[in-house]
Amino acid sequence: MNFLATIKLVIKTLLARKGRSFLTVLGIVIGVAGVIIIIALGAGAQSLVLSQISTLGANLVGVLPGKSDETGPPAFVFGVEVTTLTEEDAIALSDNSRVPHIQALSPYVRGTATVVWRDQNVDTNLTGVWATYPTVQSALVESGRFFDEREQSGGANVIVLGSEVKRLLFGDAGALGEVVKIKNVPFEVIAVMESIGSVAFENQDDTVLVPFVIAQRQILGINHAHFIRAKVDASENVDPTIEDMKVLLRERHGIKNPEEEDFSIRNAAEAIELLTTITNGLRLFLTAMAGTALVVGGIGIMNIMLVTVAERTREIGLRKALGATRGDVRNQFLFESSLITLLGGLIGIGTGAVISFLVALLARSFGYEWAYVISPTSVVLAVGVSVLTGVIFGLYPAFKAAKLNPIDALRYE
Amino acid sequence: MPLMKVAGLDKEYVNEEVVTPVLHDISFSVEPGEFIAIMGPSGSGKSTLMHILGFLDRPSRGTYLFEGSDIAGFDDNKLARIRNEKVGFIFQSFNLLPRTTVLENVKLPLFYSKRKNHEPAAREALAAVGLTHRVDYFTNQISGGEKQRVAIARALVNNPSVIFADEPTGNLDSKSGNTVMRILQNLNDQGRTIILVTHELDTAEHAKRLIRIKDGTIVGDEKIQNRKVAEDSVQLVKNKE
Repeated sequence: MNFLATIKLVIKTLLARKGRSFLTVLGIVIGVAGVIIIIALGAGAQSLVLSQISTLGANLVGVLPGKSDETGPPAFVFGVEVTTLTEEDAIALSDNSRVPHIQALSPYVRGTATVVWRDQNVDTNLTGVWATYPTVQSALVESGRFFDEREQSGGANVIVLGSEVKRLLFGDAGALGEVVKIKNVPFEVIAVMESIGSVAFENQDDTVLVPFVIAQRQILGINHAHFIRAKVDASENVDPTIEDMKVLLRERHGIKNPEEEDFSIRNAAEAIELLTTITNGLRLFLTAMAGTALVVGGIGIMNIMLVTVAERTREIGLRKALGATRGDVRNQFLFESSLITLLGGLIGIGTGAVISFLVALLARSFGYEWAYVISPTSVVLAVGVSVLTGVIFGLYPAFKAAKLNPIDALRYE
Repeated sequence: MPLMKVAGLDKEYVNEEVVTPVLHDISFSVEPGEFIAIMGPSGSGKSTLMHILGFLDRPSRGTYLFEGSDIAGFDDNKLARIRNEKVGFIFQSFNLLPRTTVLENVKLPLFYSKRKNHEPAAREALAAVGLTHRVDYFTNQISGGEKQRVAIARALVNNPSVIFADEPTGNLDSKSGNTVMRILQNLNDQGRTIILVTHELDTAEHAKRLIRIKDGTIVGDEKIQNRKVAEDSVQLVKNKE
């Protein structure tokens, strides 16, 4: 008995029972599609997270007020406003003799504001920063110039618009030199930032930037900073810099025991690690689900193959009488179960690829940088797993068929 | 050398420690070119005997020499190969594959053999049973008599040493049955050994030798006098060789 002839025979048998073959294979289709989708979405999500964080730069270090576990959420997530971090802390951290590897640093305050220009107004985010902001965030000015050190420390009423705010207020018209009002305080527009979309899951275009002291005292009316961001000169210096910063801040806040720190310092690499841990966990869970679908699908295959063997008992008897060996009969049914799961696997790969593509389109329509990747590894894996499922769950029915006694089989009604 | 020789053949079935004897002390030989009818009432063990002779079952005791070799030493795969190459079976209920063409059915034994050129062999076998006009029909589109002729062609296709026919006319009307018998006689005339199992004397008398079997033992073994010759209008290939 040759291989090609067996395949032809099996295909013919499957085609004769199209409806049943399809239903049989549905579990495998779902399982394999699941595997493909999980792998593709995992890759997409990872690319998104990495692009979000790497735009900021992996050398970015953030100081948050309040003690928190470095891999857990910070205090503000729970609605607690901690006021222990100040601009003076930022000034102290800028001292290069104490913290030598900080390239640039800025304290931040955040709030919301209604920006008014003539009869137009826009609700947007307000961020108060130092002149070092473009260096810290690796942000670029599209037109005009960012405020300088003198304007910042002197509390000049100048404002830099995010590209989205500029578009909403001014449309295509020029904004530089115009005067907008926030809480009736006039600000001169001196720059518009380049559009960069969303970074670290914040839309950087939908914000306005003003000198730190103006935002803090004049608009928000507070004395503390919400957080401090610092850019470290090289990635290998991130960890020592964090240590230097901790020592300095403990000293300033009069804290002896590191357990009692009233601040926490995080870096982008840690955030990447955290997000990777989360996505990996999610992926493991979904893979387990897909695996379960494959096992259930496999049991379905076994069930149907047992029915098929019972239905075709006479055919098996006849084939044996005409010279088929046990091996011939076993192979015929093994081919049948693995071919059916292979077809299921191929349909599953197609379905999974289409669904992953739609998800990628959806994510991109929200402006996220979402990679659509169907890796060859995942396709090979899916094909392998589906054929293997067919072989494993086809073994028992196939051996059962091979063992049939030809006389009993021929008498079977 | 006889084609087949059985001596002291016993067969019993053991089911839940209950031993049911089916055949007892069967001994006879078959020479090439013979046409033997094994006749007996139902339950006499004639089908079991045919299964043993056709390598579908093994004897409990006794020897069976086929072309001079003792089959006791053959494993299952060897028996499968002998069934494929040396033996053709014709069953009462035809046992054709459904949803399959006549030609495909006839080719089926070749599927398990090492022979090449399946199609010409299958067409030749169909010509020998006068069915060249039904080659591409599906098996559910032809009559019972034609089905049995397809089964005969299938039995012939590997050019076997012996053809076993188990009640080949049992499911047929008398006219179709007559055609089948004529084909078997024609094949025998061409030199093929045929063993026919039946419970009807009328059918058995188409053979040349009659072995009567009752309660698992041979009760008669004689040459048939006044052998019946089936006449039929179906055109057959007379001399194949």
